[in-house]
Amino acid sequence: MAAGSPTDPTGRLVTLRRKVQLTIDGATLSVSEGSTILDAAKSLGIDTPTLCFAQNLTPANACRVCVVELEGARTLVPSCARRVEPGMVVHTDSARVRDARRTVLELLASSVDMSATPKFAEWCERYGARPTRFGTPTPRPVVDDNALFVRDYAKCMLCYKCVEACGDDAQHTFAIAVAGRGAHATIATELDTPLPDSACVFCGNCVGVCPTGALQFRAEHELREADAWDESRQSQIDTICPYCGVGCSLTLHVQDERIVKVTSPVGSEVTHGHLCVKGRFGFEYLGKR
Amino acid sequence: MFGAGGGTSSYREVGETDVVLLWGSNARETHPIFFHHVLRAIDRGARLYVIDPRKTPSTAWATRHLAPHVGTDIELAHAVAHVLIHEGLVDETFIRRATAGFEDFKASVERWTPEAAEAATSVPAALIREMARDFGRADRAMICWTLGITEHHDAVDNVLSLINLALLTGHVGKWGSGVNPLRGQNNVQGGGDAGALPHKLPGFQDVEDDEIRARYERAWGATIPPKKGWHLTDQLHAMERRELRALYCLGENPAQSEADAHRVRKLLRELDHLVVQDLFLTKTAELAHVVLPAAASLGESEGTVTNSERRVQRLRRAVPPPMGARDDIWIIAELSKRLGHDLGTTHAEAIWDEMRALSPMHRGMSYARLEALGGIQWPCPDETHPGTPFLHDRLWAEPRVGPPAPFHVVHPEPPVEALTPEYPLRLTTGRRLSDYNTGVQSGAFASPLRRALETIDLAPQDLVRFGVREGERVRVRSRRGAVEAPVRADPRLPAGLAFMTLHRPEQVDTNLLTIEATDPRAGTAEFKAAAICIERLDVPLQSEPGE
Amino acid sequence: MDLKSIDALPTDDEREAIERVLATQPEPTRDLLLPVLRAIQARVGFVSKGALAHACDRLQVPPAEAWGIATFYHLIATRPAPRTVLHVCDDVACRARGSERITKALASRFAPEAAAHHDACWKRSPCLGQCERAPAALRIRAGEPVEERALGGLDAVSAMDALRGETIAVPAPASIQQPRDSLRLLARVGVVDPESLDDYRAHGGYAALRRAHELGASWVLREVSDAKLLGRGGAGFPAGRKWGAVASQPARPRYVVCNADESEPGTFKDRVLMEGDPFAIVEAITLAAFAVSAERAFVYVRGEYPLAAARLEHAIASARRRGLLGESVMGHAQRLEIEVRRGAGAYICGEETALLESLEGRRGEPRAKPPFPVEQGLFGKPTLVNNVETLAAALLIVRDGAPAFTALGTPESSGTRLFCLSGDVTRPGVYEVPMGLTLRALIALAGGATHGLAGVLLGGAAGTFVGPDELDLKLTFEDTRRAGATLGSGVVIVFREGTDFRAVVHGLAGFFRHESCGQCVPCRVGTTKVDDLLARVRAGTPDGTWDDERDRLRELGHVLREASICGLGQAAASALESATQRFAIWPAAMPTPTPTPSNGGKA
Repeated sequence: MAAGSPTDPTGRLVTLRRKVQLTIDGATLSVSEGSTILDAAKSLGIDTPTLCFAQNLTPANACRVCVVELEGARTLVPSCARRVEPGMVVHTDSARVRDARRTVLELLASSVDMSATPKFAEWCERYGARPTRFGTPTPRPVVDDNALFVRDYAKCMLCYKCVEACGDDAQHTFAIAVAGRGAHATIATELDTPLPDSACVFCGNCVGVCPTGALQFRAEHELREADAWDESRQSQIDTICPYCGVGCSLTLHVQDERIVKVTSPVGSEVTHGHLCVKGRFGFEYLGKR
Repeated sequence: MFGAGGGTSSYREVGETDVVLLWGSNARETHPIFFHHVLRAIDRGARLYVIDPRKTPSTAWATRHLAPHVGTDIELAHAVAHVLIHEGLVDETFIRRATAGFEDFKASVERWTPEAAEAATSVPAALIREMARDFGRADRAMICWTLGITEHHDAVDNVLSLINLALLTGHVGKWGSGVNPLRGQNNVQGGGDAGALPHKLPGFQDVEDDEIRARYERAWGATIPPKKGWHLTDQLHAMERRELRALYCLGENPAQSEADAHRVRKLLRELDHLVVQDLFLTKTAELAHVVLPAAASLGESEGTVTNSERRVQRLRRAVPPPMGARDDIWIIAELSKRLGHDLGTTHAEAIWDEMRALSPMHRGMSYARLEALGGIQWPCPDETHPGTPFLHDRLWAEPRVGPPAPFHVVHPEPPVEALTPEYPLRLTTGRRLSDYNTGVQSGAFASPLRRALETIDLAPQDLVRFGVREGERVRVRSRRGAVEAPVRADPRLPAGLAFMTLHRPEQVDTNLLTIEATDPRAGTAEFKAAAICIERLDVPLQSEPGE
Repeated sequence: MDLKSIDALPTDDEREAIERVLATQPEPTRDLLLPVLRAIQARVGFVSKGALAHACDRLQVPPAEAWGIATFYHLIATRPAPRTVLHVCDDVACRARGSERITKALASRFAPEAAAHHDACWKRSPCLGQCERAPAALRIRAGEPVEERALGGLDAVSAMDALRGETIAVPAPASIQQPRDSLRLLARVGVVDPESLDDYRAHGGYAALRRAHELGASWVLREVSDAKLLGRGGAGFPAGRKWGAVASQPARPRYVVCNADESEPGTFKDRVLMEGDPFAIVEAITLAAFAVSAERAFVYVRGEYPLAAARLEHAIASARRRGLLGESVMGHAQRLEIEVRRGAGAYICGEETALLESLEGRRGEPRAKPPFPVEQGLFGKPTLVNNVETLAAALLIVRDGAPAFTALGTPESSGTRLFCLSGDVTRPGVYEVPMGLTLRALIALAGGATHGLAGVLLGGAAGTFVGPDELDLKLTFEDTRRAGATLGSGVVIVFREGTDFRAVVHGLAGFFRHESCGQCVPCRVGTTKVDDLLARVRAGTPDGTWDDERDRLRELGHVLREASICGLGQAAASALESATQRFAIWPAAMPTPTPTPSNGGKA
């Protein structure tokens, strides 16, 4: 971009965005060009279920729980990835949409342990999904190969978020990728090498974006195993990382006066929700005094 | 910069710039989330130049890696300036309108042709030209640096030589261009903001300005000494002169973190009174007469910190400190009370409000606004101001506002310690990804990245040269001390350069080797350039250096 | 990039195989990853840790990603494997011709599937595109050079011989079984020497390109548009609109990609064109590149087509030597390089965006559309992706003019079209007929059904079944659409009376389960659930009542069609659904099938 690009009074680049008018569930609205249908629906207060979507990652388009009906389109479209166009007419709660979302939820529940996925039970209720209709997931052993976090792939729904966070949406370390194909696809390092021998730098950004609890801080995993994980007793407090001078925003998840998990707000201009190994895991000195 | 005391740009601009010179920094490992912004720029097609004697994970992302000899940054910067001037890549209008001292500066770099610089730095002249041209022609370009620039005895000159490049090209004071030190510690910037500098009051107000000082004295109901104080290295000198006899040390571990540790420990031991306030019983605390256990900033304290883009952000308490540990504010207030002065409130927000009442650049930053906006970048003069992503746009105003930005004539100086036949290796120090400083905090978590043993890293050729094997324990000796460490071959190091960290002094007390040669203006020691030798352990130690 | 290398070294063979691929290109770029993996596979029979390490280092690909790519493709082994692998087709057309007898015989007399025995093994394979000479197999013997050979008309004895490494005499495909005078697209196939450029020119080759150069790119675009050519790969998108869209993009460079990843079960027409008239495909690509101003083109040939790939490579090299490619095509101001890239066993790569991902050296996972490839295709640049037959048709249009093309077919479905007849039909092969012929007439042209006709699978695994009472269906885009059917890729598989359609649809379900890329939930999980459900149908063991199972199947069909990312998932239940409407699939409505000795389709 040229030096002469328009800037706002604080000097930030301003992209002059046109407004796009569309109709969602009978309501007509205008949103900025470049918004997604999901953004537009949100501005109307419509609560759309999402799993593979995250504000700080490229839409992976994989889970399909956010599909909506777009008039003129042959199939339903993913609202998280589809950008608005003038004159679109969208239905977010038609029978087609409800049927598809219900079956997607049932398929997920039949193949993945969704028990640690926030809001999943609520969505099943909303769409009348019966989680065991297509069978129950196969148990898989937890992969426990490092001191900081565990990988419970029975809970992995292959949303691609961890791969994106490890890859070019954030960390650029590329320690993990999707391997295998179809029903045999998994998230893996090369030759399933244990993480400490892989390229992993333990930033935990994969843990930070995992929507199903397949990746868990060791403390969370242990508490869950002991049936002592209780989010109703947890508080989340934002503060700043104590290490280098970048000043990363941290959200401390505290249960019973103990830090059990560290994340970063996705809206942070400093971190975009991503941290390094020290910021995410380097808090343990507090408890060692 | 230019007296403002902070980096000129915001991180977001780093992601939107076209050329980044990352000078004396391995940000990929030492400032990983800052480097995410650099990666955003690279993904957009920006070019990254990394200037570092070592190959590092950062240089692996570079369009070009320039590897000068340790301590030859000014020669390199001057050669870049030479190319910019001689190839017509300077912004003449900007120089005329917004700067002063160009002609003198131009004359001072005249002898530094790329070829002359190649001879001094070992960086090929063609590479110097390429970087200079790219920097000069870019619409937006940034220079960012870390301790590779500042941990030298001529730290200030190093920085000034880089600022000169930004002034030549007008790469400052506009979106996407700027000069930025990446702060090594979480609140280095905030400490400066709050006046934890010997010559400044909160908000970078000059302590020797009577009018300003009077304002603070009125607010505080106390008298402020009218002369600037000592920075850390001045303090060590004053201890040596036995002028400074009592020290109150907060959250620092100089017995391990300062260069020439034998000397520092001796000085600390000789004090009449040493008070240490820390989270842990550090090596420094072990020397103290009184230890005040403190609450941690992370999760145990309320307050603010300021980061490398001048963003003031809120610290919040999430868990109680351990039994007996007290909040820093409470301790200071209590101490003051016992010394006969009541500081008043110990409420963090009230203290912050007092500070912003006195510091114009922080005035608009109420806690409520800091929370609502996710932090605010100073200056923020009032409560309607959005904060300032980049500094010095005044330089682009027509006509210019304020004084011109001066070019600085600086001259290269080699590291204080020359290499000699007895000490033929250059030792430089740095951080690794999952560790931090002397490991007091970072050592507590079980990082899978941490190697079992702290090592001295050498180029494979130097293993041959000194007849040592990988993994062999050797004695590393400088003029100040000696330590033992196992050898690790690192093909990323150039021959003649050794690398050690300060992370695990209990294993390898690296600062026994480093040199306390300090830039009198900055007070930073030359951690990056000591002269050492390595000896096999079957060779008896000739004489005990240091103590 | 600060990549961490794998701690392993390649063997000399592996290193040499990798370096030889890299030597073909000026820079070791990421898009060479699949060619490199294929080369390692071809040399030693599997991709070892050391080989992967060297490939990653040379191409600067993160090892985890390379692993993800190597494990994506059916023809790449990532664990030590025997040098000789016999891929035995187990798909719908070969099953109709008794392929199960071969796999059963191999399992009992040679070794279980995938088990090494005397440095050889056999594996079931999805459709190999040799349906006119079913049952078929592909034998690959790793080494220098690798031997890749398609085998047709196989039986248990010859399959055993093939595994033992013996030379197998198999009948060459007599693909064309109709009077030659009606042929246009196929006119030269079987007549011209596929390895002689001179012979190609003697048979009218390069007349179309010469005409295009004379009349200009915009004339070509108009002609293709006027001819109302609809894409022959399956989706039937107007080719003229695609060409025009690419030509009008501001971004450069632009690319042409010929989709020769013909993998729809029962399809082999593109193979016949590429093997029989490869220069025509090269000329057609050159023509398309001229029309849209592309200077680089790729032909993505499915991995199971070694002969087609070899013939195309030979044709490209010959054309280049003779100035028909390169810096100045035919002395004209056109510049073009064409490269053949081969797939490695993934049906999904026939989906155009998955194909582009695969070409770029990534997993063949479809992209979200929009943006479409005409705007952001290969390497993010405007890209024309056309099927082989579509390009071949465009060549005819330019040579003879749009009116000659539209003179045949119907107003909405112009020209002739290739159909692949297989299964229980007298003369299996490729047939070129004007659009609008009835299905009945087409089957008659192939000599009719061999053992009565119980049904036809039209359009492939992603197509629909047609019952014996529906044979008057006209083979046009519009008529099939109205009938709820599809022409797909021109597949016509005939099933004899007594066919166990439960087994047939279960086989199709297994195909989709095997070929789903796994990216989206509806397809990854849905295809396995359909397959499981059909297994229960065949076993007669419903989960709950059969009504519950019907509901499940209906909902699976709905979610696959409505919510999958790409055409694979969207069409994965269409043949099955059409079968349930025509044949007795549900146990409650169907008496226990009585086995008949001639029932080749039965498990």
